[in-house]
Amino acid sequence: MAVVELEGLVKDYGDVRAIHGVDLRIEDGEFCVFVGPSGCGKSTLLRMIAGLEEISGGELRIEGERVNEQRASERGLAMVFQTYALYPHMTVRQNLAFGLENIKTPKAEIERRVGEAARMLQIEDYLERRPKQLSGGQRQRVAIGRAVVREPSVFLFDEPLSNLDAELRVTMRGEIAGLHRRLGNTMIYVTHDQIEAMTMADKIVVLRAGVIEQAGTPLELYNMPRNEFVAGFIGSPRMNFVDAVIDSTAGDFVTVRDASGNRHKTAVDAHGLSEGEEVRLGIRPDHIVVDSEGSGLSVTVGSVEQLGGESYIYCEAAEGTFLTVHLDGQTKIRRGDEARVVFRPEFTHLFRKSDGLAQRRLVVGEAV
Amino acid sequence: MFSFLTRTRGRGRFDLTDWLTWIYLFAAIFLMFGPVAWVALSSFKTEAALQEYPPRLLPLAPVTTTVEGHEEPLQLYRVTGGEHEGRVLAQIRRIGLMAQMVDPENPDERLQVSINDRQPVREFALATENYSRLFQRFNFMLYFWNSVFITVVATIITVLFNSMAAFALSKYRFRGRTVVFILIIATLMIPPTINLIPIYMVVSQLGLVNSPWGVIWPAVATPTGVFLLRQYMLTIPDDLLDAARMDHASEWRVYWKIVLPLSAPALAVLVILSVMWRWNEFLWPLIVLNRQEEFTLQLALNSFQGELQTAWSSLLAMTMLTLLPITIVFAFLQKYVTQGIAQTGVK
Repeated sequence: MAVVELEGLVKDYGDVRAIHGVDLRIEDGEFCVFVGPSGCGKSTLLRMIAGLEEISGGELRIEGERVNEQRASERGLAMVFQTYALYPHMTVRQNLAFGLENIKTPKAEIERRVGEAARMLQIEDYLERRPKQLSGGQRQRVAIGRAVVREPSVFLFDEPLSNLDAELRVTMRGEIAGLHRRLGNTMIYVTHDQIEAMTMADKIVVLRAGVIEQAGTPLELYNMPRNEFVAGFIGSPRMNFVDAVIDSTAGDFVTVRDASGNRHKTAVDAHGLSEGEEVRLGIRPDHIVVDSEGSGLSVTVGSVEQLGGESYIYCEAAEGTFLTVHLDGQTKIRRGDEARVVFRPEFTHLFRKSDGLAQRRLVVGEAV
Repeated sequence: MFSFLTRTRGRGRFDLTDWLTWIYLFAAIFLMFGPVAWVALSSFKTEAALQEYPPRLLPLAPVTTTVEGHEEPLQLYRVTGGEHEGRVLAQIRRIGLMAQMVDPENPDERLQVSINDRQPVREFALATENYSRLFQRFNFMLYFWNSVFITVVATIITVLFNSMAAFALSKYRFRGRTVVFILIIATLMIPPTINLIPIYMVVSQLGLVNSPWGVIWPAVATPTGVFLLRQYMLTIPDDLLDAARMDHASEWRVYWKIVLPLSAPALAVLVILSVMWRWNEFLWPLIVLNRQEEFTLQLALNSFQGELQTAWSSLLAMTMLTLLPITIVFAFLQKYVTQGIAQTGVK
């Protein structure tokens, strides 16, 4: 078990800087998820921690000890790859034992640990098979087993579930979370799927273009996104954004005016805002209310998704602003209908257009 | 097997394409296998049968018999014309166009037969003495051992060196990697005869003349092998290597336990190529190995062919023995050749 500390970590590929000085502390036993769009550098960062990519600058410490110069084989971490990377010429048993043989573990000890891991991951029945003869889910288990037998201080996962079908992904997600509870090791998990991040993480690190946009617990990120990017990335379906200008900052609410002249109240700190400043109003689909007779923003329904227990309507307000609205249960709204929607003030987010940063929310509607 | 062989394109009967296929295949078998078969059959002929004109396909030996009153065994002839037609007689001697013959049943009577009226009696006989002589009078085993030593050692070193070079060129990123690779490939453009003298000078300076190592060392670094293995290794996913590194494997172990086993099909191709090259090599050993004790089989074969006369029977027998090992190696590894070539895209 170990604390992993990243200090000003930099990665250059020739003249291109892929990672721009990342500072992060991952606590002992923490399940930390790196999440971000593809190309954001999350896998690179993981491979730098693993020792598979050279560190161009900064310092990486595991258990307080600088490991920049250590090879992957010396750092004592274990990694599960997206492609599983099982050795095709070895049986499952040999795959599991390979790492232990390399550090000259006694035969009996290897036998014991392989047996234990196989039992834990329910792969005992096919220890003598080759990876080719296994299904995707079984291969995934073997890949995890290969990491488990080594009893490493830190587990690294590089998008381990992205090659599985949706159903299996949910199952394996639960199993990895269960594994973390049982073993209590530090785990670093890379994914582009924010649902995986939300469901498994103790701490989520949102990355964009080699920079940490925000790090925190899943609900911190959901409730208090630091900027527009994080707000848009966390939560599914994604948050709606409406261009607006500040109308007034008086009282407990900030009032903004959208392009069609509607006024919306939002419960955020007015500090630093000036009247007439361009902003973006953010609201999640769950917090938009369809108001059949009332005032509100008038929209045209573009399409309706009925999932039975819930419904989503995709509609367009004036001037090409698209909104996704979540409704509980089933709805009678049809494609082409006109409707009026109202934003609930205690659920709205406000971002400055100039730098995308969020204003502090005074009331967090979700947490009440 | 039978249903495979009798499979036709037309339903139940022979289509035109079937005929063409069969004709083509038989022609190919005849062209490729015919000469080999002839050599194989001829290697069992006696020296006399080899000299015979017109030549015959099967090893047939003239039949002889001992006749009372004659010390040497006499050759038997069947008389095909004239007054003694149909009898089988033994020839004592030939005088001009007439042969003096005798009936083995009645040794006292001399008979005159025209040489056009008689045919030698032949029987199928394998002259295995061609082979046994190689081992008795001629130190076949020594040459065989020399050839085997050079082939095996050179192949092992070739595979080892080439796979290491290919591993580095395919799996490590370093400055000048492409340049090095192109340089290696570029040596393919230089005809071997041009290298002959410089390499000989190097070998001679190293004191390797008349040593099998003088044949082995110049041959182990082959651009073809490096190219073949590199192309194959490029198809091994990097994740596997990374996984092994995460599993505490040193670079040496990554090479030895992951990359080598996974390149097996390409290695098999290289083994076959290398065995064939080394086994059949003639010019270079001819230059480096001058002492009879160091001769390889190919050089020994060459020594049968004298300036004035050639020991055809021994030469043919030895040719067969020389062909044998390489045929066996090929038979066992051939499935890898097609596999390996198909996968590396090298022709």
